[in-house]
Amino acid sequence: MALLDIRDLSVRFHTHDAEVHAVSDVSLTVQPGETLGIVGESGSGKSQLAFAVMGLLARNGQASGSVRLDGQEILNAPPKVINRVRAEKVAMIFQDPMTSLNPYMRVSDQMAEVLVLHKGLSKRAAVAESVRMLEAVRIPDAKGRVRLYPHEFSGGMRQRVMIAMALLCRPKLLIADEPTTALDVTVQAQIMTLLSDLQRDFGMAMMLITHDLGVVAGSCSRVAVMYGGRIRELGPVGPLFADPAHPYTQGLLSAIPRIDTDEGELAVIPGQPPDMSRPPQGCAFGPRCAYRRGDCDHRPPLASFAPDRWRACFAPLAELRAGTETRP
Amino acid sequence: MVIEHDKMRSLAARMAQPEVRGRSPWADARRRFLRNKAAMAGLVILLLVALFAIFGGQIAIWSNEELDFSVMGQVATMGHPSLENGHYFGTDDLGRDLFARTVQGTQISLLVGIVGAGIAVIVGTLYGAVAGYVGGRTDQVMMRTVDILMSIPYMFVLILLLVMFGRSMTMLFLGIGLISWLDMARIVRGQTLSLKNREFIEAARATGVSTWRIIIRHIVPNLLGVVAVYATLLVPLMILTESFISFLGLGVQEPLTSWGALISEGAGTMSYGTLWQLAFPLFFFVITLFGFFFVGDGLRDALDPKER
Amino acid sequence: MTKPLLDVRDLRVSFSVRQAGAMPWSRPRNLQAVGGVSFTLRPGETLGVVGESGCGKSTLARALIGLVPATGRAEWQDGADLIGLSARQMMAYRSQIQMIFQDPLASLDPRMTVGQIIAEPLVTHQPALPRSQVRDRVKAMMDRVGLLPSQINRYPHEFSGGQCQRIGIARALIVEPRLIICDEPVSALDVSIQAQVINLLMRLQADLGLSLIFIAHDLSVVRHISDRVMVLYLGKVMEIAPARDLYADPQHPYTQALLSAVPVPDPAHDPAATVVPLKGDLPSPMNPPSGCVFRTRCPRAAPRCAAEVPVLAGDRHQTACHFPGPFTPQEIARARATEAA
Repeated sequence: MALLDIRDLSVRFHTHDAEVHAVSDVSLTVQPGETLGIVGESGSGKSQLAFAVMGLLARNGQASGSVRLDGQEILNAPPKVINRVRAEKVAMIFQDPMTSLNPYMRVSDQMAEVLVLHKGLSKRAAVAESVRMLEAVRIPDAKGRVRLYPHEFSGGMRQRVMIAMALLCRPKLLIADEPTTALDVTVQAQIMTLLSDLQRDFGMAMMLITHDLGVVAGSCSRVAVMYGGRIRELGPVGPLFADPAHPYTQGLLSAIPRIDTDEGELAVIPGQPPDMSRPPQGCAFGPRCAYRRGDCDHRPPLASFAPDRWRACFAPLAELRAGTETRP
Repeated sequence: MVIEHDKMRSLAARMAQPEVRGRSPWADARRRFLRNKAAMAGLVILLLVALFAIFGGQIAIWSNEELDFSVMGQVATMGHPSLENGHYFGTDDLGRDLFARTVQGTQISLLVGIVGAGIAVIVGTLYGAVAGYVGGRTDQVMMRTVDILMSIPYMFVLILLLVMFGRSMTMLFLGIGLISWLDMARIVRGQTLSLKNREFIEAARATGVSTWRIIIRHIVPNLLGVVAVYATLLVPLMILTESFISFLGLGVQEPLTSWGALISEGAGTMSYGTLWQLAFPLFFFVITLFGFFFVGDGLRDALDPKER
Repeated sequence: MTKPLLDVRDLRVSFSVRQAGAMPWSRPRNLQAVGGVSFTLRPGETLGVVGESGCGKSTLARALIGLVPATGRAEWQDGADLIGLSARQMMAYRSQIQMIFQDPLASLDPRMTVGQIIAEPLVTHQPALPRSQVRDRVKAMMDRVGLLPSQINRYPHEFSGGQCQRIGIARALIVEPRLIICDEPVSALDVSIQAQVINLLMRLQADLGLSLIFIAHDLSVVRHISDRVMVLYLGKVMEIAPARDLYADPQHPYTQALLSAVPVPDPAHDPAATVVPLKGDLPSPMNPPSGCVFRTRCPRAAPRCAAEVPVLAGDRHQTACHFPGPFTPQEIARARATEAA
């Protein structure tokens, strides 16, 4: 059974000007222990997907569909249920560690508070466990530094503190929303290594939300590519990178400059991302797509075209592959 | 050559395309403001009060100085509001027409409010923007000056001024103008400090735009939102200040009057059963304050960048 | 060989920082953000500047354009030293050097129309130009950077991030500068838009013969656009070399660690097998290490590194290190072992 089973999840935001379709009909599963990458540009709905799963949508947001964690429905569940789930099964880390750390509380106090509240530990045992967790995220001198305040840690260390805090209750699923975007590359590399080590040691699944295809390639087993609030392509990371089956995936992969090769002019996806308060009738990528055809006025469904691989596109695969080869 | 020619032609065609009108941030704010019911109600009230102040004099049958000898001495029984004898709001204790006096008081009070706020807007904005943008020692000196001026109990100074130089409109405006801009200067300086490090200001500096031009073209227009909101709150504050001075008996001089003076007189004669003498000026005073507060609130919501 | 467009010698920028709660008359402490940077820039060349946050790359840009006071020399092609110029003398050079900023929307005044924004440098430097001509030039420039000239009356908030950056580029180009300093121009943009802007910059550079100083933390982007690359760490130059050499054969330990950490969009590439971890954190610039500033985190640090400041040595490929050269497998293994402990 899948650990996380998302079915037809849609998220709408009501602003006073319009209704924004942030996420539309997303279906996904996360298996125990695996890492699923969710890739997309800003406005693609990737973060709102995670917020909906965690029950953290802004007040003007509304989610519909179904999200099951371990078989239990958690979408729009009562706060009591959501709080229990957040305490025991799923945790989230953010781009900015200060989102989940209280600047006016010692790290020891905030970490212990979680354990006392959810696990019923005594304060002393909770602090001891917190120190163990800080050691697990490789903070040197954890025993001494647990008494510090969050601002006394450097950027990378603060990220580690947040990760330690998220892992306190040993969640089965960790949702990481752009965990390394604000960090320098050397620190980013350390944090990503740490995350994959922890994932292995704790046997948890991870949903990694990022815009960086390099990060995805280095740490995920499967990837979902989102555009305009919908999944465009879903599949194992190797085949998806080697043989992208959606024009958008293809465009993204060829648009990033790479450190390991020299190339001429970058391939470009022309145009601008869609305005999700007025989503286009057919395929949202249509206006920017080089393989556009008549059918694209209708919305292409996400369909399986090979074992474990899915895509939402009408263009024949052969044509896409031919395009890949002739790419400069 | 032909290609070049075509290129030029298509460029010319693109250049000649009709220009699209932009949707300015001000237009957005106006749209939000017009949709705000409370603010619109406030604006309508203020307009009505202004119309009353401007055209009320033409409806009045009596002037504000004339004594109506027929009601003099028996104000409590004869001076009540009536349409027959032309005293729509009744008369005051001396038998003068309260309608004419309220119209005239409204004029003075609104004038004090608007002039006071106007001085605050002009002086305070420029002073604060210069102090904040130039920074360093200039800022230190300018803001310490404001601190010192603020630390003087202004009501005391105002009263002293009026007592020493005699009660006159000029003195009143001067006194109110002197103190009104201090808070504005502080608020504007704070806003300027946060604007100053924005990249678009850096871009202007990098390209060599002069300091004065940056303040006028970039800083001030981006401050206007805050200034407008604060100014609408300043107007009632000025009116209140003037009312308080008049209440003390140091404001405008007879036969001129203001809301504060009228309310003071009305309050003094309350026990003789002439409640209208208090009720009418108080009514105008209160609805005007409410009007300004609603408009100020509406402006703040309309201009709040978080909404965008 | 042509004279360089810009010859920077020993450029230093320091800020005085007052300790919180200190008395107003106590002496502020000195924070050296840029500590003696030297480089040359040829006409038409792109110099990439990379480094992690706090390395002084943005301060360097602001010093060159005169936004923060600096010491040292920055000699323009005609022999003038940009650092020593008065505000009045500097005006003549301000139209020669323009800047593109990181945050596309924040660098545009929200209360001005696109036309007014792009025209501002032109109006500043050529105040006598008639309005109709200004407008025509603005429209032609909008067309050149891929914006519709008919949008001239629109406001920045009506454009997307990528379009706003094009407006920023148009504003920089309108006075026909010779050098453009790009401070992280694409790091706030999405991948698909980033490629559009990089290509636009490269095309404009080739067409107009511009020189670029391209500052970024994304090493892949810098590799793509630069002719030469300079690596900064804590305000000092670690290595400066032609892009191809630097990426293929990095000599400085810091450059090697930095390059090894860049994620590669290829699942076959195993980051765990390539990354050389750096120990510890970036030292405070208030209190930089003696000798080589990188020694506290360097896997190869030796006593000499603490005693002696390494000088930038080499001809085309310059390195500031007492022990340059690629890491040996033993060094990498040792660095990983220290990290894991």
